[in-house]
Amino acid sequence: MNEIVMTVIAIVAFVIFAPIVGFFLEGYDRVVSAKLQRRQGPPFLQPVYDLIKLFEKQAIVVNNFETALVLGFTIFTIFSGCIFFAGGDILLVFFAFSLADMFLVLAASSANSPYSSLGSQREFIQMMAYEPMTLLTAIGFYMVCGSFNVSDIINQDVPAIVRTPGVFLGYCFILIIKLRKSPFDLSTSHHAHQEMVKGLTQDIAGNVLGILELGEIYEEVFLMAIVALFFITKNPLSYVVGVAASLIIFFIMIVIDNVFPRVKWENMLISSWGVTLALAGSNFLILTMLKIAGI
Amino acid sequence: MPLLFILFFFTLLISVSVYFSRSDALREGIVTVGSIVMMVLDVAFCAWAFGAAGYGDGYLSYFLPETAAVNAFNHVIMAGEIFLFLLITVLSIKHGKWYCILLSFIGTAPVLWLDLTGRAVENAPMLKIDSLTILMFLVVGLVGGLICIYSNGYLHDYHHHHTDVEKRPWFFQSMLFLFLTAMYGLISSDNMSWMFFFWEITSTISFLLIGYTRKEEAVTNSFRALWMNLLGGFGFTVAILYSAFVYQNGSLMELISMSEAKAGIVIPVACLAFAAFTKSAQMPFSRWLLGAMVAPTPSSALLHSATMVKAGVYLLIRISPLMTGNLAGVMVTTIGGFTFFAASLLAISQSDGKKVLAYSTISNLGLITACSGVGEPAATWAAIMLLLFHAVSKSLMFLCVGAVENATGSRDIEDMHGLIVKMPKMAFVMTVAICGMFLAPFGMLVAKWAALKAYIDSNNVLLVIFLVFGSATTMFYWGKWLGKLFAVLHQSETLRDIIHKSEWYVMYMLTALVITLCATFPFLGQIFIQPMLSMEFGVQVGQIISSDDVRVMLMMLIMIALMPVLGLFLLLNRKEKMTMSYMAGANAGDDRHFVDAFGGIRPSYLSNWYMDEMFGEKKILIPSLCVAAAFVVVLMILAIGGAIR
Repeated sequence: MNEIVMTVIAIVAFVIFAPIVGFFLEGYDRVVSAKLQRRQGPPFLQPVYDLIKLFEKQAIVVNNFETALVLGFTIFTIFSGCIFFAGGDILLVFFAFSLADMFLVLAASSANSPYSSLGSQREFIQMMAYEPMTLLTAIGFYMVCGSFNVSDIINQDVPAIVRTPGVFLGYCFILIIKLRKSPFDLSTSHHAHQEMVKGLTQDIAGNVLGILELGEIYEEVFLMAIVALFFITKNPLSYVVGVAASLIIFFIMIVIDNVFPRVKWENMLISSWGVTLALAGSNFLILTMLKIAGI
Repeated sequence: MPLLFILFFFTLLISVSVYFSRSDALREGIVTVGSIVMMVLDVAFCAWAFGAAGYGDGYLSYFLPETAAVNAFNHVIMAGEIFLFLLITVLSIKHGKWYCILLSFIGTAPVLWLDLTGRAVENAPMLKIDSLTILMFLVVGLVGGLICIYSNGYLHDYHHHHTDVEKRPWFFQSMLFLFLTAMYGLISSDNMSWMFFFWEITSTISFLLIGYTRKEEAVTNSFRALWMNLLGGFGFTVAILYSAFVYQNGSLMELISMSEAKAGIVIPVACLAFAAFTKSAQMPFSRWLLGAMVAPTPSSALLHSATMVKAGVYLLIRISPLMTGNLAGVMVTTIGGFTFFAASLLAISQSDGKKVLAYSTISNLGLITACSGVGEPAATWAAIMLLLFHAVSKSLMFLCVGAVENATGSRDIEDMHGLIVKMPKMAFVMTVAICGMFLAPFGMLVAKWAALKAYIDSNNVLLVIFLVFGSATTMFYWGKWLGKLFAVLHQSETLRDIIHKSEWYVMYMLTALVITLCATFPFLGQIFIQPMLSMEFGVQVGQIISSDDVRVMLMMLIMIALMPVLGLFLLLNRKEKMTMSYMAGANAGDDRHFVDAFGGIRPSYLSNWYMDEMFGEKKILIPSLCVAAAFVVVLMILAIGGAIR
């Protein structure tokens, strides 16, 4: 009974507090980016204002399916996050996320405009680029903790990162793609300098775009929580370490975003697969060897 | 048991009577009624066998004592083998493909010699029915029967469009039923000589079906299918000979129950696996399956989803307990994993719908092969689940593509742009089928998930790598196909529905089957698969996917089912403003044309990405085949050589 109550509390807490954490991250992004570019920049709460404004706007759609598909994206993103924070199976979480992503790409495909269409094709390539690494991340946790369940992963004596440094670095690499940061912001970007206008989200506007952005904020929180998961153990203090690590990694992401120019899709695909194979693959190989040797 | 014989001979009877009914109405009537009766008999047989086998314990095996009937049937089989050999000889001479005669001879002659000289093992069980057989019967009977019904309407339209093809629908449909008969025989036999006979029938019929149009390309491709499958048949023959001489055993079941430590067991296992590679179109033998696409769609649907290629993996699943931790297992997992990855890469660059389906079939069969080669209950569980889900989803996909081709004149994925507007019902059915192939919480993904866990637990690093990369590429080619369907074209008319009613019924039935399978797979596992695995492997096999996860997936399934309702609700309460898609302000009245730099109006064309320079057939096909061939040769030599030493 107690367990169920805890699960419900975790889910409710995620649904309510994730946007707050997400807005914090977004605001932090804006401020740091502005400082890096030596400009005044918007206030810290700008992302909140943006979203409120979007929700106040009238929805402008290009067809009858778009709204439902975008809603599908946000609903399934939140749902996947809930599985994660309820301590569920991390593989299932990733699968549910790819379902959510599929809704988003379908919304873009349905728009039938050159920019959306190009964005959706690029998004598919991005998914293909990061998918192996996300699965290997889950596998890395499983090798170390003996379980795919988040509730078991956080109950370890030693943080997972000790035995999965390669997986961790690989995950950070694809995090650039998932957070839509330059150099891998091919399908759509938070910046104005996109060569194909807004790409994926081109034909999504008004409060429908607001729904999408909300979904992306939930996704962002979940992605950073995975970073923290590498550090979390039984010890409550480890949560502090995890949060600090997430913040540091997020800061590095912002720096990368501001330093590197966008690359071609070939470079993204090859480099992310290469990194996955070299870092996570070899890490996994070593873990398996250790397991066979009984260490 | 009589039900089995009734089912078998009834299907045979339909096949013969279809062949001799040359009037369209009569033939179509026989096909429809015959298929329905066959499906009813099939289900009735399965229900009986399930009841007789008892819940959770055991199987039925039939020794069929040396009665006159069995002897007679043995003679029929011998005569049949000679007939097949002669048929292949005649056709090979006619088309100048001499090597097929040789291949057929080296496959058939030893088995015949074994039978004729009385060296065949006596008193072996002839038939075996267990829960895997029941599942196979359901797949073959239900999916096969539905495809036969579908073929009525399809062939009608096909000959309407392809006037250059000689009209022989009686032959085509008769062969479909004969094929089903052979499949029934194959999956219920335990005697390896019987199995081999049915195995060779499926090879020969697929050869005849592929060559149906008698065009040059079709003939070339059909002979390619033939020689590859005959080569595989030779592997089967070697396994039979080895088993007969070394173990004095002619039963597959007894072969499986032999201890793994038994000297040389790797040899027949590797040979059987080799036979299965050819039948299941594993690399390097994958090319026959692509060539088979020249045949009318019902045959592709039948050969490539529910029957022919499944015979190969069925055999692998049967012998999977013998592949635990030996070189035969290594060979099977390596080839399977490699094929899964390489074929899914190749599928990316294809825009022909049927070719994508062909590559994805090869790829998925690779996954099933890899699972069965692990030789652990959990992996074999995944293999069986994959087999079921794949059979249903893939046959539905084939039928959809066939129907679209008949209705629009093209099966190119690019031409399916905006299908959701042009043919909404078709788009819905196709979406279910595609989602069934790769997306959570639908079938294939569940099985893939189980496979992944099993690979990790068996410490198979290479397989895990193949699986994670292969599933990424799989997602890519299915995803972009799905995107094509969803593009909404403004001011586009719904096409007139010229698809036959019977075809629709079949597609709806299969759609319902896909969804039902997704919702009920845990029960299927519990009732059919886990007890069977517990017995074959001699360990208690529990739940493979935990009930928590199943519950979450069911929730997802329900949520997805509610999505269309949500969409409708939004549509009815809409406050949104409708506008045109963005074309940098150069729209020319709609979202399909734009104003160019000279003021002229041009249509816009949105294409998917095929990335030919990176994933094209020219670039990866030959290297993949070479790598796979090298794997097969080296591992066969290592496995067999190691056992002889």
